Amino acid sequence: MSPGVVALSIISAIVAVGSLAGFYARSHRKMDLEQWTVGGRGFGTILVWILMAGEIYTTFTFLGASGWAYSRGGPVLYILGYQPLMYVVSFYVLPYVWEVGKKYKLQSQADFFELRYGSKYLAAFVALIGVVCLLPYAQLQLKGLGLIVQVASFGAISPTAAMIVAFALVSGFVFVSGVRGVAWASVIKDLLLLFAALFIGIAIPRIYFGGIGGMFSALAQAKPQHLVMPGATKNLGHGWYITSVLMTACGFFMWPQNFAAAFTARNARILRRNAVFMPLYSITMPLMVFVGLSALLVLPKLSDGDLSLLTIVRNTFPAWFLGVIGGAGALTAMVPAAIQLLTAATLFAKNLCRPILAPGMSDQKVARLAKIMVIVLALGALYLAIQTSISLVSLLLLGYAGVAQFFPGIILGLFSKRVTTSGVFAGLAAGVIITSVLMLTNRDPWNGMSAGFIALCANFAITIAISAFTSIRVAGFEERPAEAT
Amino acid sequence: MKPPSLGAILLGLIPFLAGCFSVSLWDRIHPMVLGLPFNFFWLIAWIVLTPVCMFAAYRLEDRRASANTTPDQDGAR
Repeated sequence: MSPGVVALSIISAIVAVGSLAGFYARSHRKMDLEQWTVGGRGFGTILVWILMAGEIYTTFTFLGASGWAYSRGGPVLYILGYQPLMYVVSFYVLPYVWEVGKKYKLQSQADFFELRYGSKYLAAFVALIGVVCLLPYAQLQLKGLGLIVQVASFGAISPTAAMIVAFALVSGFVFVSGVRGVAWASVIKDLLLLFAALFIGIAIPRIYFGGIGGMFSALAQAKPQHLVMPGATKNLGHGWYITSVLMTACGFFMWPQNFAAAFTARNARILRRNAVFMPLYSITMPLMVFVGLSALLVLPKLSDGDLSLLTIVRNTFPAWFLGVIGGAGALTAMVPAAIQLLTAATLFAKNLCRPILAPGMSDQKVARLAKIMVIVLALGALYLAIQTSISLVSLLLLGYAGVAQFFPGIILGLFSKRVTTSGVFAGLAAGVIITSVLMLTNRDPWNGMSAGFIALCANFAITIAISAFTSIRVAGFEERPAEAT
Repeated sequence: MKPPSLGAILLGLIPFLAGCFSVSLWDRIHPMVLGLPFNFFWLIAWIVLTPVCMFAAYRLEDRRASANTTPDQDGAR
């Protein structure tokens, strides 16, 4: 058998096992809307951990962290910097979000805005921003998957064919088993990724340089400027580091899917405990970075940094092992893509379509529409992944800066009674407009600062200023009676 | 909503000071520690130290929560 066939068979086997776990998870459970979207709010520490980790270790971290280490050097430190800090932020936000979610049976981020600010238009706006930011994120997973198959098959299989197969599987198991299926597919993916990261992160520097220390001393001699900021870039210095870390740490749990993962927990304590221990999981990230840095010395002439991890694995290990890494990478693309599609579809059906276009829709109809939307959005992401050539990293960063704009509305909504619906509406709109203008005109970073951070500051200022001049429609959650259940 | 206690917030600020705001102080190659450039060593150390800070915050919040709520709201179900 040729090495390409060996690698691809192993990737297919791993993907098949992951998908089966996804399908299997639905057994013996009635799939109503609440079960499908938030797992009946019955997940314990481990499953919530896995669901959140499933969303954190995406293709961007798997291929992107090594890719950034390879092509940019020092600025990759921002990934190591923000990961522990986003859990610190979550410690102060998610348990409170869960309390409200439990009391009022919330299922999505837009539900939160609707309840807190009493405006279905604000909720629909939030849902729309969420869906728009999620599409490029799902598209990114697909592109990553295409890269994996391309490298693993030694160019024999077109990335397009691989993307089509993977997306049939992903939308299939989201359609059938909802969030529970995703969480179980995530278990397999995480075990595999943990193993893959530990193994290649230690083995590759060892094979080429006698160890991680040897790799760094070689790099400190050959390219010392690559190891500190701004590395191989011109404008990613310390100001950019601080503002990006702040923006990303605040923005991470503002992704609708990460926000809604809080609702799957059985109680608020699970979320606090997870916030304490989740940073330990980030220990795999430096290992990915080490692989990228090793590749820089071993294979200095790659056209695309994102290919560095896969290429060095292919050049170092036998084909079956490339298959294992590729399989881990494929699941790392599919699981987050599944969560992103599930979230975007539910947002669309429940918070955008029903309240604005068809107020009379029953929950069953919303659930059916959400399932159809999984397929529609999957096709949309597939189309974008095949058709567009816009840089994916810039698309993802645009999405990140976009969702970070939810932060003021959520924080002030939880802890302040003075914030008003108009204030949040104006701040959010301003934040999204500033982000889009700066980023789409290639002004990120702007004056050495992350564009999303600048927009976030403006957003906070406008939210507070407008709130001071407008009247309060709904003053906090306490004034609402709990739904009779 | 009752905000987190001041003590818990201050504990959460420590990782931000160490891993974010102080970047100019630690973004350097030397001295290398355990074979890692200093900046890599520092951030990896804080991946481990952040849970220590947050565990202290957790104990603080947990004690406060159990003092304020009845047991059936606290996850015993």
